[in-house]
Amino acid sequence: MEALLKDIHEATDALHHPQNVVVEMQHLKKSFGKNEVLKDINIKINKGENLVVLGKSGSGKSVLIKCMVGLISHDEGSLVVLDKNMDELNSKELNAIRKKIGFLFQSGALYDSMTVRENLAFPLRDAKDMSKEEKTALIEEALKNVGLSATIDKMPSELSGGMRKRLGLARTLILKPEIMLYDEPTTGLDTITSKEISELILEVQKKYNTTSIIITHDMSCAKIVANRMIVFKEGVIAAEGTYNQLENSKDEWVKSFFQ
Amino acid sequence: MKNLVTQLSSIEIKAKESLTKIPLKLEVHYNFIQNFFTDVARVAIFTGRFFKETISPPYEVNELLKQCYFIGYKSLPLVGITGFIMGLVFTIQSRPTLAEFGAESWLPSMISVSIVREIGPVITALICAGKIGSGIGAELASMKVTEQIDAMEVSGTNPFKYIIVTRVVAATIMLPVLTVFNDVISMFGSFAGVNLKGDVSFYLYFAQAFAHLDFLDVVPSLAKTFFFGLAIGLIACYKGYNATNGTEGVGKAANSSVVVASLMVFVIDIIAVQITSLFY
Ligand SMILES: Nc1ncnc2c1ncn2[C@@H]1O[C@H](COP(=O)(O)OP(=O)(O)O)[C@@H](O)[C@H]1O
Ligand SMILES: [Mg+2]
Repeated sequence: MEALLKDIHEATDALHHPQNVVVEMQHLKKSFGKNEVLKDINIKINKGENLVVLGKSGSGKSVLIKCMVGLISHDEGSLVVLDKNMDELNSKELNAIRKKIGFLFQSGALYDSMTVRENLAFPLRDAKDMSKEEKTALIEEALKNVGLSATIDKMPSELSGGMRKRLGLARTLILKPEIMLYDEPTTGLDTITSKEISELILEVQKKYNTTSIIITHDMSCAKIVANRMIVFKEGVIAAEGTYNQLENSKDEWVKSFFQ
Repeated sequence: MKNLVTQLSSIEIKAKESLTKIPLKLEVHYNFIQNFFTDVARVAIFTGRFFKETISPPYEVNELLKQCYFIGYKSLPLVGITGFIMGLVFTIQSRPTLAEFGAESWLPSMISVSIVREIGPVITALICAGKIGSGIGAELASMKVTEQIDAMEVSGTNPFKYIIVTRVVAATIMLPVLTVFNDVISMFGSFAGVNLKGDVSFYLYFAQAFAHLDFLDVVPSLAKTFFFGLAIGLIACYKGYNATNGTEGVGKAANSSVVVASLMVFVIDIIAVQITSLFY
């Protein structure tokens, strides 16, 4: 009886939240000169999922997510993001897609010459239908979400590493993206701050039902956020599974990430 | 017999080594030439893209005004001080030579003609190649290596329009303005220089200074300053926008912006002089 109830539950769940694919890559390839970075990547990423990407430094993780926003164009294979084939987009359509994707850069990529407020206002430049008051309210809300309300008129150089990461996150979230791409969000932070950031990532996903792809070396972060993990090795996906599955993997190389 | 074999094989190894060395040397030259031409081609493409993006809307007017303020207004003190000193020193240095010919009264007109035609534009351009070129080069390079330009692009703003077009256009507009400013201040410097020995009234000095200036002095020399500004802006933006290799690349970009921009100032100057000489 309980099993049946559970089945029904799952079926209705599936009806209400169809597992639609938001990113699909098939035989994706990319090289820089002779350096073959992505050799044959095949993944489907579902709506609302938190996918963690592991891999040694230089294995092409950043290149992979940069392909998803068209910062780097792939050589071969197909890449479909939010039902749009990235090969066929003109610059207007590409910009429309980009507005639905948030990208948190490894370095934070805050605009050094602008204040915190101007940093947050920058993604809203094109939102012509929004009044000034609405924009201000949105900026204040975004800062409150990451606990940085007091810094609104400071310059990014006056912020600490953790604050910069949180500001980067706030700036990325201000357009309420459907897909979030995090490039090493906790690298270079102390354990407490990186735990805060990890929890923030989870919170964001729950609040806005975003799909997230998180590149990280930080296993405590992966443990908190991951629904599914993939491991990169020499341009292909060498392993895939949940945190527990990979932690108990028979492959010594995969296990070595968890030590 | 054994000896012979080892000898032969050692000869063979040497031959192979020298064979592999020859193409290597060739390759170095080949790479240098190839790099030079790919660089030239890329600058040409960059310039083409600049014109295309400048013409097509939307226009980043606010950012352009801001850059005019930074590039133009903020350079006024430096340009003014150098202009004054240049006029002063030039006058003091020229006086003995003219005095030998008994032509001291020509001093104002000689100085004003040489300043307006040549020295003012070139000195201003060189100062700007240093100040603006290194500023833009370093700023863009650091934006590039810290991924700020990528961040702009993914947030749906065209970084080429927002960052590059505004700076290059601002440099192109502001260089002539700065040159005129420099020319005027130089003449005041020269007026001060004339008055160090002897006494020339303000009115007389400027009447003489402008007496020998005509259309063919002013217009071509101002026209070339537009090209100086364009070249300085384009080169600095190109170097900064294409910076790589982290913080090391920032210094490199700033440095080569200044070097190449200064060189280009002279190249444009010589072309401009050839063209204006056609009209004399
Ligand atoms: N724009 C680029 N041009 C040339 N090579 C690049 C570029 N971006 C990345 N690479 C190369 O691709 C490889 C993977 O880089 P990356 O994706 O940044 O690694 P990581 O997995 O550490 O994020 C590296 O060897 C790097 O040198
Ligand atoms: Mg990376």
